[in-house]
Amino acid sequence: MKITIAGITAFFAVLFSVLLIEFIPTQGEATSTIQFGAPFKLAAARAGGTLDSKDLIGKPYGLFFGYTHCPEVCPTTISDMSAALAELGDKAKDFRLFFITIDPERDTATAMNDYLSNFDSRIEALVPTPTELPKLAKDFHIFYETIPAEDGNYTMNHTALVFLFNAKGNFTSTIAYDETKANRLAKLQKLLAAK
Amino acid sequence: MRLLKQIAFATALSLAAIFTIDQGHAEDLKLGDLVLHHAWSPEAPATAPVAAGFIEITNNGKTDDTLVSVTTEISGKAQLHEMKMDGDVMKMGEMKDGIAIPAGKTAILKPMGMHIMFTNLKSHPKLGEHFKGTLTFKKAGAVDVDFVIEAKPM
Repeated sequence: MKITIAGITAFFAVLFSVLLIEFIPTQGEATSTIQFGAPFKLAAARAGGTLDSKDLIGKPYGLFFGYTHCPEVCPTTISDMSAALAELGDKAKDFRLFFITIDPERDTATAMNDYLSNFDSRIEALVPTPTELPKLAKDFHIFYETIPAEDGNYTMNHTALVFLFNAKGNFTSTIAYDETKANRLAKLQKLLAAK
Repeated sequence: MRLLKQIAFATALSLAAIFTIDQGHAEDLKLGDLVLHHAWSPEAPATAPVAAGFIEITNNGKTDDTLVSVTTEISGKAQLHEMKMDGDVMKMGEMKDGIAIPAGKTAILKPMGMHIMFTNLKSHPKLGEHFKGTLTFKKAGAVDVDFVIEAKPM
């Protein structure tokens, strides 16, 4: 077999092209979208079984981290989001809101399922195990801590944002606790329109 | 005759106005120098273990007072809390010394601020319903208050 300079050049030219095709689009994507979050697989309290974030492709969704022993921020957020979904009706038929507990010790799947029973069916409860939670919190930059109370119980401090992801699974924006109803609806409408 | 009708009409209007004002104040409760206004609680989720309560308390007296404890017919316990947003993080702490009601001032318990946290809920009253609670102050003593289940202001 005769190895020519032309042959070697051709081989490297092909190799170089392949590498170029392989890497340039990836670099392009990395600069055009915000990298936030990571794929997740968690126990779904309402639907049962496991929810895999891969199955959410094509569906915009929101994530909210909280706990059922939360007196103000969590019930208000869930209630506001439930009302917003009811108002958007069919326009938001593919949208899902995931209420993810940061208190898996007290929030069992049953407790989470019962808690959501009077809210919009597009709201699902996800229950990470105590070992899954720290990685999840790190991936989504969630702060949470336990504050012991005098009676042996505890309350929790935590990030109170709703994170919004588009149908491609990319993070797009957040809804803060003190945002107005009009803002909340506008952000959801924008997310749904971008689908 | 026409003047008489006008007078009668004006009197009726004034009476209606007085009656309306009276109604507005009907909710206010007095306990010594304290005036308690607008005790309410947002509807809690179906099986929520906790709920929040809000109220405005004005101290018309010359000495400071403190709200030290709360009990209600729907909860096993109640705690006084202060909530703060630290950026996007919600931080909540128990106010172990109670809520100060300084002389001449109004303490306002409202969303994004101070609240009463009802724990070990025995029942979950719905929108429009109400439940009885007892507020105990260091100086003024105890008073019964009716918490009305209301929607959160938009």
